[in-house]
Amino acid sequence: MIIVKNLDKYFGKEKVLNNISLEINKGDIFALVGHSGAGKSTLLRCINGLENYGIGTLKVFDKEIKELKKDELREFRKNVGMIFQHFSLMQRKTVYENIALPMQLWKYDKKEIDKKVMELLELVGLSNKKDSYPSQLSGGQKQRVAIARALTLDPKILLSDEATSALDPNTTASILELLKKINEKLGITIVIVTHEMDVVKSIAQKAILLEHGNIIGSGYIEDLFLQPDEKMKKFLGEEEVVPETGINIRLHFPKEIAQYSIVTHMARTLNIDFNIVWGKLEKINTHVIGSLVINIEEKDEENVTEYLNEKNMRWEKA
Amino acid sequence: MFEKILLPAIGETLYMSLTATFLAVLLGFIPAIMLILSDEDGLKPNAKLYRSLDVVINTLRSFPFIILMIILFPVTKMIIGKSIGTTAAIVPLTIGAAPFIARLIESALKEVDKGVVEAAKSFGASNFQIIFKVMIVEALPGIISTITLTLITVVGFSAMAGAVGGGGLGDVAIKYGYYRFQTDVMIYTVMALIVLVQFFQSLGDYIYKITKK
Repeated sequence: MIIVKNLDKYFGKEKVLNNISLEINKGDIFALVGHSGAGKSTLLRCINGLENYGIGTLKVFDKEIKELKKDELREFRKNVGMIFQHFSLMQRKTVYENIALPMQLWKYDKKEIDKKVMELLELVGLSNKKDSYPSQLSGGQKQRVAIARALTLDPKILLSDEATSALDPNTTASILELLKKINEKLGITIVIVTHEMDVVKSIAQKAILLEHGNIIGSGYIEDLFLQPDEKMKKFLGEEEVVPETGINIRLHFPKEIAQYSIVTHMARTLNIDFNIVWGKLEKINTHVIGSLVINIEEKDEENVTEYLNEKNMRWEKA
Repeated sequence: MFEKILLPAIGETLYMSLTATFLAVLLGFIPAIMLILSDEDGLKPNAKLYRSLDVVINTLRSFPFIILMIILFPVTKMIIGKSIGTTAAIVPLTIGAAPFIARLIESALKEVDKGVVEAAKSFGASNFQIIFKVMIVEALPGIISTITLTLITVVGFSAMAGAVGGGGLGDVAIKYGYYRFQTDVMIYTVMALIVLVQFFQSLGDYIYKITKK
């Protein structure tokens, strides 16, 4: 649905996106992750033509965005809704009027607008607030209005630019719930830009990680977080302290066997003792994944590795 | 004295300042929108257009009003048919106030949240729609303040219209109060001006409050 190939973008002389390639399929919830200044918002804005790009291709519905003419681009944008960090609602219009605005600009029939706005108010759970002004709403409610507005023209893609970054954790969770619902119920492909790892883990299926305009990791969320490579670890800011004596073995628990009691089973089977020196469990979407570092004596190494291979565990020396 | 001098003068002041402000708003809106469009981060950046408008506006604004009035004599004559009188005074008042209003409307439009403009783009609004259906709507309270401010400034400027036979309260204050040492007339005209300015400001504030949500 969205295909990016070898895309470069400059701001003046500074290269902000370097050789970006990615593919987003219909129905995905795809995350562009990075620290501030990594270029993720810029990349997102290229998708609906709010930013242009120099070299490379970016195709949405098989259309090259940079080749669209002004009116074609406007027409195209009907298919791509967008929500923002600071909601970007009109202060002088009511909730109802804000949501109705895109349809009014596209000259929809009044009855049709009314029906659609009511429907969307219902969807985002703000039917009782339709005559309120944005200044009377909480942050979460404002974002719900913005989401409703982004959906009025029946887009196939929803772009979310740090939509939860200005919200508290509980509100963030409820907005993410709503986005998930929209993804499942309406089948809308969602591309989110965020610097919050918790957001990525709880909602996205796939992600790319951006740093200084480069992709430093991409793939399914489980894989990215389960077996992070050096770059990824640095990116996540994780650091583990493990003993210097003996042998440290890191075990990865992918979703299928996260709940298995493999560690205690190994201790009993091999009749050895070892220390658990580091560990972490994380909830990603609905799965639990985790990793654990155990410290064993050198003489046990062979037995342990043999056992782990036999059980098809994913492991490495730490 | 009240009916013969003060009342007609109030009428002239109202006529000059209201008409001139109204025309200045119409005249000032166009360059204001062109400034907003052509600004560096505007909808259609155009450095040349922006710079030239900028220079023209600054030049017009640097003229002392009384000088501007004299320079504009030929223009006034062309438009009104004569260069003195109350109606004639409206021409320089308008041209003096228009660049002022253009600047103020520009800054009111600049205050509009960039995010709202971006959101409008994201659902396919045209530049025309962004200006008229989004930016001006959002900036309306600011524009109201601008008009109030201009109206009061024009009331002040209109005092100088006496120099071209424009009449008005300022003219009365100078003619009777200053040249003829009629202190009572001076006090009455000043009081009338105070009431007028108060009234315009309160009205402006009231409309601002209604439009501000």
